[in-house]
Formats: sequence, structure tokens, C-alpha cells
Amino acid sequence: MKSITRQKPFNEIEQQLEDLDRIFIVGCGTCATMTRTGGREEVLEMKNRLQGLGKMVTGWIVIPTACDEMTEVAFRENNGAIQDANSILVMACALGVHRVSLYIGKPVIPALDTLFIGIEDSPGDFHEVCAQCGQCVLGETAGICPITACHKGLLNGPCGGTNNGKCEVDKEKDCAWTLIYQRLKEQGRLDLMRKYRPPKNFQVVPRPKVARIV
Amino acid sequence: MVPSFKEALNSGKFVVTSEIGPPKGTNIEKMCHHIDLLKDMVDGLNVTDHQSSVMRFPSIGGCLAIKEQGGEPILQMTCRDRNRLALQAELLLAHARGIRNVLCLTGDAILVGDHREAKGVFDLDSVQLVRTVRQLESGKDLGGNDLNGAVEFCAGAIVTPEARPIEPQLIKFENKVEAGAEFFQTQAIYDLDNFSKFMQYARQFPVKVLAGIVLLTSARMAKYMNENVPGIFVPQNLIDELTRAPKGEALNTGIEIAGRMIAVLQKDSVCDGVHIMAIGREEVVPDILAAAGL
Repeated sequence: MKSITRQKPFNEIEQQLEDLDRIFIVGCGTCATMTRTGGREEVLEMKNRLQGLGKMVTGWIVIPTACDEMTEVAFRENNGAIQDANSILVMACALGVHRVSLYIGKPVIPALDTLFIGIEDSPGDFHEVCAQCGQCVLGETAGICPITACHKGLLNGPCGGTNNGKCEVDKEKDCAWTLIYQRLKEQGRLDLMRKYRPPKNFQVVPRPKVARIV
Repeated sequence: MVPSFKEALNSGKFVVTSEIGPPKGTNIEKMCHHIDLLKDMVDGLNVTDHQSSVMRFPSIGGCLAIKEQGGEPILQMTCRDRNRLALQAELLLAHARGIRNVLCLTGDAILVGDHREAKGVFDLDSVQLVRTVRQLESGKDLGGNDLNGAVEFCAGAIVTPEARPIEPQLIKFENKVEAGAEFFQTQAIYDLDNFSKFMQYARQFPVKVLAGIVLLTSARMAKYMNENVPGIFVPQNLIDELTRAPKGEALNTGIEIAGRMIAVLQKDSVCDGVHIMAIGREEVVPDILAAAGL
């Protein structure tokens, strides 16, 4: 599982930092390194660009996993440079931004947009496969999630927008229900395409989602 | 009193429906003119629901206008823009105002329309929407709560006989029949042999099927649909026929083609009727009917 991110347009980052001139940069050694959005290289490039704008970069760090509790330790170790800064620019996913915000009483600015939680099918090729809906139907859909892989999240078969196995919104995208149909057919389980699936419960865990494992 | 669409469907006659596209804006003059022109020539008039995800005057508004003008409306409802509360509420409104027919559709994707950053809802899908109609008829809403006054609708759905691969679409067709769809209006069909094969299959189900006839206005439009509209295949011989049409005559050729297809479908009793979609050229629907000998 990886948090897939994309760097914000630089002018948006610049805007967010408009009145903030002393910046400490935080990268992440896990997902954002893998997606090349917040690893060492990207952090150093950001440092140069910010300096090019006349900002002072008081320091930088690539935390091994920005979203976990070790972030607090990393922050204590870099306390001086952080105290010198008047803002923290986080090059991690929103989970990292959230974590950093817990420890700092200064503006925490995201440099990335978090796109989805996905997997890497092949190097550099990331896919969303689960929408974390809380009501898994994969057992009936041959392991392909219609909530996630169908653009419209349809539960009872393909819409009329499918064409030669592709999706109406993008000719490069596979139609999830055509894939599900093909796999179920191979497995001799097409009867599952005929099974009625009632309207989904969108409140399995109402937002904000919380789980306490005891 | 005009027979209802349901009565027409069950009368055994060759049923004809057509379509009204509401305007973008509050000027409904042209829409009302089209309604006036067509209401006595057809057995029902569909009103599209933000067709192609383009924001317009609502389907229910068009249906109310048809009622006011003495026609028989078929309310198109997509699942794209309303959650289950809003869909049910609109069905209550429709029934209370005398609308008795509803066509349940998934709805085009937001991304093909003119508000591309909007949230696509799809809280229900088309099969679930058909079942929702039946649930409301039982006097209860989707939450299982009692209604003070139930609905009653002739509920239909759509099918794409030329989709490839076809089997998943046929399974969905059967799921819609199972959900309680009484009639089907198809996506545009042009290959009558292929459509006849589909009808041989569809005849085994207790539903009425109206073939979708989309007016071809030029060879360019036909080619465009082949390349861009899922489930529509205009055969080359029809494209050639449109290409051969003298300058300024392509529309007339399109009217002839539509009329000819309708005449064959009726003569050979291929299906139970036709649904004519003239998309922006509603004023020529009478000419299509004349060309079909209807």
C-alpha cells in the first residue's frame, strides 16, 4: 500500500508561502520517495527553488516514514533549524502533513497533492485498487473492485458507455465490468453477474472514520 | 382522452416515442413548440435528463410542460446527479403531478459534459433505480418507511444491442427485467440484421422493446458517432448513402434512412415500436414518421 502523490504546481506552493520566508523542508523516505515527489532528490531541488525565490531554508530532513510516531523524534533532533523557521513545507502525503501538524505550532504547508492509496503494478505504474468502502465485494467480482475500477462505481454490471472493453471516460482505461465479466466467465461463475446487489451502505464507518482495535 | 403510454404498449400496436431536449436556460419556447408539434403524433415523449452531462432545464420540468400541453411524458432519470433521497423525492413529485412513465438510466459520466469538475453521484445504479420505483409502489421507501401515498409507474430501462462484447450487456438487460422494467428503449441501432438477432433473444422476456432510431444528419455525424459514441455502429453503406446525397440534401437522406428502417421494423414486426431521437432536429420528426408511412 502506498500513498500516491503529485507535486503541486510550483506557483501554488509559492502562493502558500507568500508571507513565509524562513522554511524548513520535510520529505518522506517511504511513499513519497517511491513516487519521486518527496525523496532526498526532490527535497534538495525544492530547497534550491525556494532559495531562488529569496527564501531562507533553515534546514531539511527526509523522515523515514513521515506519517508514523517517529516523526516526533526526528523533529526533536532538528529542533534548532525548526525553531529558526517560520513555516514547515512538507513533501509527503497528507498523512505526513497531518502528523507534522501535531508537533508544530507553526504553519505547515503541503507541497504535494495526495491522489490515492494504491499499489505499484510495475515500476512507476501506480493503480488505485481499493476505495476503503468498508463493505468488500471482491469475492463476488473476481478480485476486481467495481467501486474503485468502474468510473461510476456501479454494483450491478456495466453501463452503456463501455466500448470494446474500454471506459467511456478514457479509451485507455479498461471497463471494470468487462474485466469482471471475463474473469468470472473463466472461473465458470457468471451467475454472480446476475446476482442483485442492493444499494450500497455509504455509512459503514461514518466520516470521520475511526476504528479502535482492542 | 389520450391512451396512456402503458395502454399503448399493451395494445399490441406499433408504439412510437420521441424525445424532447430541454433548453439551457429559462426560455422554454422552442421546447414547448416541439412538444406541441409532436404530442399527438407519438405515444410518449421522453425528456432527457442533462443529456451528455450538460446542465440544462430539468427533465421533470419538461415532463410537466408536456402534461400541461396534453401530452404523455416519459421521465428520464439518471443516477448521476441525485442521491437516493433526491431520486425518490422526484419520483413522488412526478407521480403527484400525473407523470406515469419513467425511464431509468445510469447516466453519462460527468467527464463528458460541461461541468467536468462536478461530483458524480451514482449513489444508485440503473438496476437499483428500477427496483426503487417498485419499492415506492409497494408503499414503502428505500429505508423501509411507510409512504403516505404510493407511486405507480410504467418503468423502463435502456439496452445497447450493438455493444461489444454483448454478453455483459445482455446479463444487465436481464437484471433490469428481473428488477421490474416493463419496457426498453434501445441505444441507436442501424444494422437491422444484428438487431433482429437481438430481438430473437429479447422476445423470450415479458417486456416491450422500442428500437432506438437516431436521425443521421450527415456522413460526418455518422462517422463521428462510430468513433466516439459507445455502442453505436453506422454501417458503411449508410455512410455512403449520406455521402452521395447532393449538397444540402444529407438531412433529407437521413430522414429517408430513418423512415425506411422504421417501416421495415414495423412491417416485419421485429420489435414493439421505435423511439425516435432527432437530437436538436425535433421539427423533422413528423417527416420521419411520414417517410415511415406512419
